[in-house]
Order: sequence, then structure tokens, then C-alpha cells
Amino acid sequence: MPTAAKIETKDLHLWYRTFHALKGIHLAIPSRGITAIIGPSGCGKSTLLRTFNRMNDLIPGARVGGDVLLDGASIYRDALSLTQLRKRVGMVFQRPNPFPLSVYENVAYGPKIHGMNDLHGRVRRSLEQTGLWSELGDRWHVSALSLPPEQQQRLCISRLLAVEPEVLLMDEPCSALDPIATARIEELMIALKSTYTIVIVTHNMQQAARVSDYAAYMLLGELVEFAETDKVFTQPADSRTEEYISGRFG
Amino acid sequence: MTHRARWAATSFTSLTALACLIIVAVVAIILGNIAIHGVDRLGLDFLTRSPEHGVTQGGIFPAIFGTVALVILMTIAVIPLGVATAVYMHEYAAKDSPLVWLVRLAIQNLAGVPAIVFGLFGVGFFIQFVGHGIDNILYGGELHYGKPAILWASLTMALLTLPTVVVATEEALRAVPQSYREVAYSLGATRWQMIRKVVLPQAVSGILTGGILAVSRGAGEVAPILFTGAAYLLPHLPTRLSDQFMELGYHVYVLATQSPDVEATKPILYSTVLVLLVLTFALNFTAVMIRSRIRRRLREGR
Repeated sequence: MPTAAKIETKDLHLWYRTFHALKGIHLAIPSRGITAIIGPSGCGKSTLLRTFNRMNDLIPGARVGGDVLLDGASIYRDALSLTQLRKRVGMVFQRPNPFPLSVYENVAYGPKIHGMNDLHGRVRRSLEQTGLWSELGDRWHVSALSLPPEQQQRLCISRLLAVEPEVLLMDEPCSALDPIATARIEELMIALKSTYTIVIVTHNMQQAARVSDYAAYMLLGELVEFAETDKVFTQPADSRTEEYISGRFG
Repeated sequence: MTHRARWAATSFTSLTALACLIIVAVVAIILGNIAIHGVDRLGLDFLTRSPEHGVTQGGIFPAIFGTVALVILMTIAVIPLGVATAVYMHEYAAKDSPLVWLVRLAIQNLAGVPAIVFGLFGVGFFIQFVGHGIDNILYGGELHYGKPAILWASLTMALLTLPTVVVATEEALRAVPQSYREVAYSLGATRWQMIRKVVLPQAVSGILTGGILAVSRGAGEVAPILFTGAAYLLPHLPTRLSDQFMELGYHVYVLATQSPDVEATKPILYSTVLVLLVLTFALNFTAVMIRSRIRRRLREGR
């Protein structure tokens, strides 16, 4: 495996009350590039993703064992600032979920809460990064809810980029979109991967093959295999991975 | 169908229709009677002048002024307290927290307490305990706050309307989609930033509705202010929090029972009731309008 890991999990366990959702995950996600987490429904891939920005903390009864390191430092240490962690590790959700505010106010939300300077320039750059700036022209004051779903999802990505994160966690970001919209989001992800470390959870095998550089296959709360995407898809080391990607179950 | 069964069916239909008709008729008679008798005297003069010659002539301006002052002070007290309670229960406390269970039980019980009991509580707690306490500590026992005053009446009324505000605010908070909270957190917002910048702006019209309903209830209740601050007849408008005041609902009671000349007071009484009704109807109507607008917006937003 290549260079230093951006995110590393060490014997990571997670329980929802009595349900053991993650069972001793050891995983080192490389800096930059796109890592896909694949696996059948309920295998724990979204749960794993949400341990990276500690969104699982919001779920009553969720308990974590082991550790997650971001740039070598534990994100489950006591002194950690959750707000700083989430500023560095941002998230895009399954359904586009802009606030019922204008396009501009949506993107400005993050910089405002973090007290960042140059609000206007920041909003503009973030919208430019996702291509919305030129598409919307001067319509950045319209309600975000009036945009079609694909533009809403790109707006959500802009909103995230505005706080200058290092890692983008994407939880099935295209599952609510049609194929053409999906293609545009994928293009955007590829354009962003040289700057950001992107981790995407997807149940869409073709999507993982198309966009990702590394792929992790999960099954029943365990990490079965992690390698370069090409290798996972052409010469899987584990027979369970082979069965899944060849479509025998899932 | 037999003749008998048909007859039973028709007569029952008529009975249900009659029941509805009775309700409509009662409302129509009350409103019509008040409107017809009250509208004569109503005019700028009536609304802007003080009662004269006992209460047999003049207007009701001090009562209108007192009512407005009462509900403003009440709102200042009840909105922060009610909103903070609801925000704590819905946003901070764990769903199964025993404290929340206790607070909710208390609020439900508060909503069931008769208004006159609030009035007595106001006397016992605000006037005799808090008011006398202030007088003893700040004024060396000289009487300032240990007597009926608009401040104590407003606070008593705030307690009466507290359940309305808490329930309306909680409902408004519940209507804010969970995904907005998640996004705010995922962008690094603290809980307070999430509440202040995302949840409260989304809930503000619902909170406003609760506030208006509280005001319209407060403007109509008499029992809580009976012993805590309302006055029979005052030569001056209240200028300090420790002053007594006149109020529309109480003024109706005074006009109806304390007049030296019943016939002369009658038209004034009708017009006062009309003003009180129009005021509370207008407030309720506004609340209903705002609420239906929120509901429509929520449906479209999903």
C-alpha cells in the first residue's frame, strides 16, 4: 500500500446497544484519492464511515472500542474538539439535504459558524469548485430547495468545501439521483480527489469500479478485503469478495 | 325498508342536523346581540377616553391600555421561559430522561389548573413572598412591591399561558427535519450553533403562533389578575411596574356588577365586550393563519 495513511482504524469495534456492528476493523485509508467501501446492505459500511467524523456519537446507545487515527492522532481522545474534527472531516449524505435557505446562505453557513474570513470569496470559490457558480449565474439568492436534486447534491458538496475540509465522507451520495446526475457527481468526485481524501460508501459496484482508487469490502461487520480497486475487482484475494463482486449474492 | 325504519332514519338525521343548528344559533345569537348593541357607541371617542361619572359615561381607554401593557409584560416573561423549556426538552435532554418526564407532567398539570387558582397563587407567591421580600430587602419594609401590581399580574398570567407556549414550541421543534440537525453537526456546528442558526429559525413561526395564542388567552382571562393587580377604576394610567392597572375583561365584570346606574352602563358594557371579542378573535385568527402557512410550507419543503 502507498504513502502515509490519512485515516487509520485500529481494532475498531462498534456496538448499537447489544448489536455488534463493527468487529475489529483494521484499515488504513491513503491520503488523497478515492476509497470506496462496498458490501451488502447492513454490513456496517455506513457505520464505519460515520466513525470517521464521530457522527455515531449522536445515536443513543452507540459505543466504540479500539481507535481511529486522523493523520496519526486519535479522534477518540478526550481532548479532541468535535467541531474541529468535523470541520476537517466533512460529510455528504445520501439524500441531498440543503437547508431551506438561499444557495448563498447554504454555502455561507459553515464559514459563518467557524468565523472564517472572506465570506463572499469563499462562497464563490466553493460554488466554482462544483461548477454551480457558472450554471446558476446570478441565481445564488434563489431557494436551494428550488434546484433539481443533482444541483442540490452539488450544493451540499459546495457547502462542505466552504469550510476547507481535508476528508470528504460520502454516504451513497448518488443513490437518490438518476444515471445522468450520477455521472456528473462522479466527474466531480474525480476532479476533487487530487485535493481531498474522499471516502465513499456505495452499494453500486459499477460506481466503485469507475471512480475509486482503493476498495474495501465489508461483510457482516468485518473488513474482508482492502486493496487497489483494480486488484479487488480482478483478482480478489478472498473468495467471499469474489462471490460478491461476481454478483452471486448481495 | 319498513315504514317504521324509514321514519326512524329520517328523524335521526333531522335530530343531528338540529343539534348542529343549535350550536350555530347560540354563537350567532351571542355575537349578533353583542355586535348590534355594542356597535352604536363604538367610536374613536369611546376607545380614547377614560370612564366618567362612575362608569356610566366616557370610554375605556385605560382598560385597553392596561390590557396591552399586561400582555406585553406577560409575553416578555413567558416566551423566553417557555421556549427555553421546550428547547431543553426537545434538543438537550435524552428522550427517556426522568427530568423531562417530570417537566412534561408538570406542564400538563399546569394546563389543567383552574385560572382562579393561579390568581391565588399569584397573591401568595408573587405579592406576599417575592413582593414583600423585595420591600423588606430594598426599601426597609416600606410598601412598594408587596401589593397588587401590573408586574405580578403579568407574571401570574405568564404562568397560566406557559403550557401553551411550551407545547407550541415543542411542536415547532418537532417539525424541523432531523437531517438539518445532522448536516449542521457534520459541518462542525456546536449544539448551540445548530439550535440558534438552524432549528430556531425554522421553528420561529411555530413559536410565534404559540405566543399569539398565549396572548389571546391572556387578554381574555380575568381570574388570574383579579387579586394580583387589576383595579376597579384608576385616575391615572400605570407608569411603573408596581402600579395597578385597568383591564378589559375585569372592566366588563366591573361594568356588569358595580355600576351605580345599570341602564346607563349597559351600552358601555356591550361595546366593551365587543372590543374584547374583536381583540381576542383577531389574535386567534392571526395565529391560525400563521400556523396554516407553516404547515403548507412544511409540506412543500419535503
